[in-house]
Amino acid sequence: MSWLDVCDAEDIDLEDVIRFDHGDRTFAVYRSADGAVFATDGLCTHEQVHLCGGLVIDDTIECPKHNGRFNYQTGAALRAPVYDALATYPARLNNGRIEIEVH
Amino acid sequence: MSATATNPRDYNLAGPENQSAVDAGLVSADWYHSDIPRKVMKELMKRSDAPATRDTLLWVALIIISAIGAIAFWGTLQVIPFLIFYGVLYSSASDSRWHECGHGTAFRTTWKNDLVYHVASFMIMRNPISWRWSHARHHTDTIIVGRDPEIALMRPTAIAKTALLFIGVPGVFEDLQVIIRHGAGRMSNAEKDYIPESEQKKAAFWARVHIVIYATTVLMATIMQSFLPVVLIGGPRIYGVWHAVMTGLLQHGGLAEDVLDHRLNSRTVYLNPVSRWIYWNMNYHVEHHMFPMVPYFSLPRLHALIKDDLPAPSHSIFAAYRELLGSIWRQRLERDYYIRKDLPPTAKPYREDLHTLDITRSNMRISTP
Repeated sequence: MSWLDVCDAEDIDLEDVIRFDHGDRTFAVYRSADGAVFATDGLCTHEQVHLCGGLVIDDTIECPKHNGRFNYQTGAALRAPVYDALATYPARLNNGRIEIEVH
Repeated sequence: MSATATNPRDYNLAGPENQSAVDAGLVSADWYHSDIPRKVMKELMKRSDAPATRDTLLWVALIIISAIGAIAFWGTLQVIPFLIFYGVLYSSASDSRWHECGHGTAFRTTWKNDLVYHVASFMIMRNPISWRWSHARHHTDTIIVGRDPEIALMRPTAIAKTALLFIGVPGVFEDLQVIIRHGAGRMSNAEKDYIPESEQKKAAFWARVHIVIYATTVLMATIMQSFLPVVLIGGPRIYGVWHAVMTGLLQHGGLAEDVLDHRLNSRTVYLNPVSRWIYWNMNYHVEHHMFPMVPYFSLPRLHALIKDDLPAPSHSIFAAYRELLGSIWRQRLERDYYIRKDLPPTAKPYREDLHTLDITRSNMRISTP
């Protein structure tokens, strides 16, 4: 387990998401409307589409291809065609930088 | 094109072309997308209840008015204009409402999308569950032979059967057969390819709901000794579907198969405002496939932003049909012919990587045009 430096907090708009690649893994890193940060796997559990192209609405991320929806704070699958939950990872702000903890 | 083909293509999802598409790297692939800054794309994807609520209230009001007119003038010639309007509103406008609400983009509020989706699914005689999955596959593997269950025009095109689609036959009977089969809990092998097992019971449930409504309608017609209930419920699938067929065939007809660039397999057509309202802007079809999470009311803005990266749109339904009919006529003898439009100098080139691979799929060879 280690904390990975992702980017400046300001690099992600409020209520938005970016893609973060590390090694051969890809993650989606979010800022909620109130500035809290979150991280999940980067690919939709339905068809391996990058979630970073999707829309963040409240606490939900939409897959940009089929509108499968997840709660990006818990990973819960909310709307077909997704049924499998998204893996989530701890995320924090550290001196204005966003960090995520991956295993 | 230098390619030749001697046999019709096999479009069956349960056939060998499915695995062939997988082997060729055509399945769940990365598709070409025009460049749009993230902030602009977020703005385009933004949801709102207002446009779809306004359009839905108008749609329901017009359906009610035309239905009242049809009932009032039933048995006279004056009923005809009311049924023409009612039929298109019932069976063609429902196609686009089904589509947009299925994508979950028409309304911001989830239950509004779901409610209109289910009502529209019934009106267009589609199982709301099986068609949700069918359409997801259509967007994953658009016009990939052996994978896409929604390829309307197969090569060579059965021209007479296609013409009959405009009057709802044999489509209405096929749709009813599917509803009954689903109601009995049976999925075809092709449907099993894209509908998860956990969803199949839901499909059976909704099919049974539809069957009960149709059975009640027939019972009412029998009791009333009148065709009126059937003309109002179910019947529009025959006399009102022509507009949905007219616009739907233009979406991909005559264009490329087995490519990963929507500019090669989808068509944008400029339409009159009435047809655009009925069709909920799905005439911007390249744009819709490239960015399916952009709601219908933002597609004109999306089109304006990326049109310099797309082939020129067809400027009318007539112009689009002229090229479509020319293509399917030629495909009778040259089954691998497709319309390949020039890109403007401002556009990025078409994705050619798959064509240059010279993929052999069953009995059809695809090569660089």
